[in-house]
Amino acid sequence: MGAEVFDPIREQLGGDALEAAVAHGILVLRIDRDRVLETVRTLKEGYGFDLFLDVTAVDWPEREPRFDVVWHFYSTRDFVRLCVKTRVPLADPVVDTLTGLYGSAHYMERECHDMYGIVFRGNDDLRPILLYEGFEGHPLRKDYPKQLEQPLVPYREPKP
Amino acid sequence: MTLPPLDHLPNPIRPAFTEGSREGSVIVNIGPSHPATHGTVQIVAELSGERVVRTDVHCGYLHRGFEKECESHTWHNLIPYVDRLNYCSALINDFAYCEAVEKLMGIEITPRCRYLRTLLAEYSRIADHLTCVAAALMELGAMTAFLYLVTIRDYVYEHLADLTGARVTYSYGRIGGLARDLPDGWLARLDGILTQLDEFTGRVHALVDRNRIFIDRMRDVGVISAAEAVNWGYTGPILRSTGAPRDLRKDTPYLAYGALDFEVPVGIKGDNYDRYYVRMREIDESAHMIRQLVEMLPDGPLCVDDRRCTYPPKALVYSEIESLINHFKLVMEGPQVPPGEVYSAHEGANGELGFYIVSVGGGVPWKVHCRSPSFVHVGGLHRMLDGYQLADVVPTFGSVNMIGGECDR
Repeated sequence: MGAEVFDPIREQLGGDALEAAVAHGILVLRIDRDRVLETVRTLKEGYGFDLFLDVTAVDWPEREPRFDVVWHFYSTRDFVRLCVKTRVPLADPVVDTLTGLYGSAHYMERECHDMYGIVFRGNDDLRPILLYEGFEGHPLRKDYPKQLEQPLVPYREPKP
Repeated sequence: MTLPPLDHLPNPIRPAFTEGSREGSVIVNIGPSHPATHGTVQIVAELSGERVVRTDVHCGYLHRGFEKECESHTWHNLIPYVDRLNYCSALINDFAYCEAVEKLMGIEITPRCRYLRTLLAEYSRIADHLTCVAAALMELGAMTAFLYLVTIRDYVYEHLADLTGARVTYSYGRIGGLARDLPDGWLARLDGILTQLDEFTGRVHALVDRNRIFIDRMRDVGVISAAEAVNWGYTGPILRSTGAPRDLRKDTPYLAYGALDFEVPVGIKGDNYDRYYVRMREIDESAHMIRQLVEMLPDGPLCVDDRRCTYPPKALVYSEIESLINHFKLVMEGPQVPPGEVYSAHEGANGELGFYIVSVGGGVPWKVHCRSPSFVHVGGLHRMLDGYQLADVVPTFGSVNMIGGECDR
């Protein structure tokens, strides 16, 4: 499934991609982070990937660069999914924003920034969305302890 | 009891605007706890008179660290958690999650399981749509229609409790199968409920479809075009209400949907009325699918015969050392999922429900990410609120069917 859609993409973009393989029916393109915006624009305008499904990150604390940023797209014309991945280091976790191409990227980039501290260059609204204003740290990073509490309103002493 | 004064409490959000953009406009804060918003969502709205100029929508009040919690439990232990994402149609979450794990493990489920999952997913979709439509109607004052719909929903819940042991959060999916098979007489009762469903939805159609008040509140309110809906990531009934017949059950058939005869209802212009009508029609289509599935339901085993994920029968656990060890390993260490990653999506009641899971091998996930339709829909909600009346916020928000558990995770 999807070969007739994926083959031309691999032909055009596969040369610059670090990896281009089909896994579980989804074409996975791993590219340099500088090429994300341009690649996604090509995919949207040339190949009909018009639905921005999701952006998230994966933390690999032992690896350098530490984070994978993962986007998923869907084509409402050909009914296939595509995944774009790139790697960013902890010291400079910056990728280009896709808000210029997809409206739905606004909220999801905010969530990814909340959870992993990935900075989306060009998205000037990275306010917390699932977390609250003033929350310290990025909870889905592996070095954030699960039990750490940051109550916004101080706990009250129980009445005797 | 003395509480700290309100102005000493920190504000959990930073609104996008605190000043009106035009003379005489006021900023009003709707929610997070408001009788007209079923779900903890906060809408900061700039009003000019009764008209909404712009809105800034905040969610996250129900955030409970679902994805973080997933990283320290075995693959099986997550099933009760995924139940609590969209708690109106918990079974769809179960099956979508299980299928993602099964894809990584390379498991093909048994035919009986495939058909039964399809049947239960459609049954859950009915419950979810009933909830959404009932709540939206009640907020417009249609109490009778609300009671008709939740009566049926309660029959569905009680009926699912007969099968799973719980009314709302079922924990019924299993990796490679289902928890247990149908009890005796379950399908006969199902047929009775579907007949009553037709009767009750018919009454609701008669009460509201051509009701002047209802039409005035719903028609041409919260309009969104198909192109705009795709741009803002809308899927499911909201996208279909704009006229785009996009449905994963049709476009990328999974489970047993390829074998079923059904239509994809679409709206005309993507307003509140269309969203109401698309959901009502989808209830009919789901009932139609369930009737086919009852006829087609094959006999045979429910769970795959795979020792990596399926629990051995209890009788053997108590009588045979291999099964005891197998049971112990599955409980203590979890199913061994090979390293890899997969994104798998089902057509949830609200839209595309996707699970992106990453495994490094072993019984505990490295990462579980849920692409929840509600979160994406709330992200584009301002497109449907801006420019309409303040009173329109209520039916528009109701028609989006934002589910806090799935939105905030």
